Amino acid sequence: MAETLRSWLLTDTPTSRRHAKMSALYKGWLSFRSNTMAMIGLWILIILVLIAFAAPLLAPHDPYAQELGNRLQPLWSEGHPLGTDSLGRDILSRLIYGSRITLYIVGLVALIAPITGLLVGTVAGYVGGWTDQILMRITDIFLAFPRLVLALAFVAALGAGIENAVLAISLTAWPPYARIARAETLTIRSSDYISAIRLQGAGALRIITKHIWPLCISSLIVRVTLDMAGIILAAAGLGFLGLGAQPPSPEWGAMISEGRRFILDHWWVATVPGMAIFTVSLAFNLLGDGLRDVLDPKDSEK
Amino acid sequence: MTLLDVENLWVKFPTRQGVFDAVRGVSFTLGRERLGIVGESGSGKSMTGRAILRLISPPGMVSADQISLEGVDLMQKTEREMRDVRGQRISMVMQDPKFSLNPVMTVGAQIIEAFRLHNKASKSVAYAKALEMLEAVSIRNPERVMRAYPHEMSGGMGQRIMIAMMLIPNPEILIADEPTSALDVSVQRQVLDIIDTLVKDRGMGLIFISHDLNLVADFCDRVLIMYSGRIVEVCDADKLHDAKHPYTRGLLNSLPRLDAPRERLEVLKRDPEWAKAPSVSARL
Amino acid sequence: MSMLSVKDLNVWFGGGRDRVDAVKSASFDVAEGDSFGIVGESGSGKSTILRAIVGLNPTWNGQIKVNGQPVPKRRPKSFYKTVQMVFQDPYASLHPRHSVDQVLGETLHLHGFSDIEARVVKLLDDVGLGRDFRFRYPHQLSGGQRQRVAIARALAPEPRILLLDEPTSALDVSVQAEILNLLTDLRAEHGLTYVMVSHDLSVVGHMCGRLAVMKDGEIVEIMDVAALRAMQAQHPYSQQLLAASV
Repeated sequence: MAETLRSWLLTDTPTSRRHAKMSALYKGWLSFRSNTMAMIGLWILIILVLIAFAAPLLAPHDPYAQELGNRLQPLWSEGHPLGTDSLGRDILSRLIYGSRITLYIVGLVALIAPITGLLVGTVAGYVGGWTDQILMRITDIFLAFPRLVLALAFVAALGAGIENAVLAISLTAWPPYARIARAETLTIRSSDYISAIRLQGAGALRIITKHIWPLCISSLIVRVTLDMAGIILAAAGLGFLGLGAQPPSPEWGAMISEGRRFILDHWWVATVPGMAIFTVSLAFNLLGDGLRDVLDPKDSEK
Repeated sequence: MTLLDVENLWVKFPTRQGVFDAVRGVSFTLGRERLGIVGESGSGKSMTGRAILRLISPPGMVSADQISLEGVDLMQKTEREMRDVRGQRISMVMQDPKFSLNPVMTVGAQIIEAFRLHNKASKSVAYAKALEMLEAVSIRNPERVMRAYPHEMSGGMGQRIMIAMMLIPNPEILIADEPTSALDVSVQRQVLDIIDTLVKDRGMGLIFISHDLNLVADFCDRVLIMYSGRIVEVCDADKLHDAKHPYTRGLLNSLPRLDAPRERLEVLKRDPEWAKAPSVSARL
Repeated sequence: MSMLSVKDLNVWFGGGRDRVDAVKSASFDVAEGDSFGIVGESGSGKSTILRAIVGLNPTWNGQIKVNGQPVPKRRPKSFYKTVQMVFQDPYASLHPRHSVDQVLGETLHLHGFSDIEARVVKLLDDVGLGRDFRFRYPHQLSGGQRQRVAIARALAPEPRILLLDEPTSALDVSVQAEILNLLTDLRAEHGLTYVMVSHDLSVVGHMCGRLAVMKDGEIVEIMDVAALRAMQAQHPYSQQLLAASV
């Protein structure tokens, strides 16, 4: 049974649209699976998602419960495998609950920034002329904003908090995607297959959405995964300045900033959340690398 | 006298569906003659040329009983020793000069580099040799060409520069992989004439790889026809039109001809037997 | 009456000092059902003429008439139901992410056909590909198969004129024979008019009845294929081209 399913998926002669799509997905999956590093990245992220989901079940303590008599306990203490922070809160529990916040930030930015960039870049690249100039100058303006300055402006206008931090990060993260999308669009625009569909009377909307977007999406996906590390760190940076997740929220970046003062004698308070950020960023990087190997070769395959 | 002796050459590539044999048991000898290797895409002709120069990198696997250059087996040489062979004793000219010339170096710099790689010479000696070589490939204004960049050259000139570069170290064998396929018809003849003169004057051996059967028949002394990694037929170039193998005949008949108009062209019916039969040896 | 009439066509790129005149004062007529060849070397402007006729080049002037009607600067959709094009490089003329079914289906949809399913199957049969190929992606097709799909796409709107830009120059000799035979059969079956561009004189000699020889953007001679076969070219450039081709 498994044999026939596998050969059905690996066939060279698909019999229907669904069959063809599933076959393409399966072959992509096989290709991805052969990359050990990428699989490691994927597994780490799957575990992260599971931890975030099952946080209430996994965390041994309440992440907000302070125990001032039990401050700064080292690793492997009784009841606190990863120690406690400066207010006696269990670091492990805070780490587990913090994963939810990390995923929230990463998920939102990963949706907003590339999609905005895709829209702006492909329209600018395809339509050209004044539209291109105007859109690209707008892109340049946003590119010129330092992240923190924009975040400060947002906080001043809308108040501090994690949503506003996410918005601030997204607003400075989308320009590179717009540039990538525009560059790809310029290349694709002059291909014969675009000329051919123009000869069928297709309008700009159809060409951009059905012909150009599918080709840009893979490089954007790869870019997003590789940017994740930067996004997590940006959120951490904002948390550090008090502009992002507000205390007592167990956001990993905020945890690092809280533990900064004790780094010499009680190094684990800052280092443990730092290791968590490092692991998740690495996982995204490996995933992105693996995705690129799978998604890009098809484009150049002859 | 035999310059090159290739015996039982195999080139394999591992793929998801198993091992793919690009070249299967090819054997031939090359003397001071013009040998043509003809085949369609996927026949293994370019792979053969690259395998001789050990230009096939892992995961590709090259094996042969021997690839002997004047009696010395190249398969036994280390990579370092092969670097002395490449360019110096066996040279290769490829299809599109756009892709084989370095776009950020002037033509002069590239030719001089090619020369000094194999000869200890001062810059001025190398410059003089380069000019000489450019004149030998019928470039009328060599000083100007020396200062120019490859993208400023037309296809025909680029190819002539390539030939100059490849022949300046005075190799014994030249492998030309589709040297005229990217050129216009009127320029093709010019480039072929240049290759012809140089090869004859220097007593070199030439391996001419092409998909163009008529061109090869016209230009070479002996022809090997490859199909699916194997040699299916060997014949003298002037007897090509009396070829026996059905694949060769099929190829000849499927070409449209100005002097023999037909309603429909004959379509090649591929017999699976052709791929299964063993390679015909072209060793003399 | 001529199906396609081109008079004093000029096509240029760029403007002012950077202007490059790719085609200068080209004129020719193609009668209905005929096959007209355009030969020349690279840079002669032969592909540019086709692209200008079909509307891919915005900077042109002169007169182009299809079926007696002058062609306006902005091509209406009805134009594309009459004139279609097959491109040179089979590896670049199909969208890498669209299956054969999507390519043909989209074309039929854009031209307003409703019985898309049946037509896709018929088109694939007409170009010699079976149903097996319907859901394949371009990277699962050989060069010859891709070119067949491109031809099917061009035939989908049921055009009268097919512009062929070096349709077989990127293909192997044996595959070329198949595609040329297919094109010959299709022309007979559907009463199509062809304009075929090629650098290969023997291909043009096989497929066409009359041809134009181009050099540096100008048509230097228009001749019958019979004259070509008899090696009787008038213009010295045509003679040169003929001599180099045999």
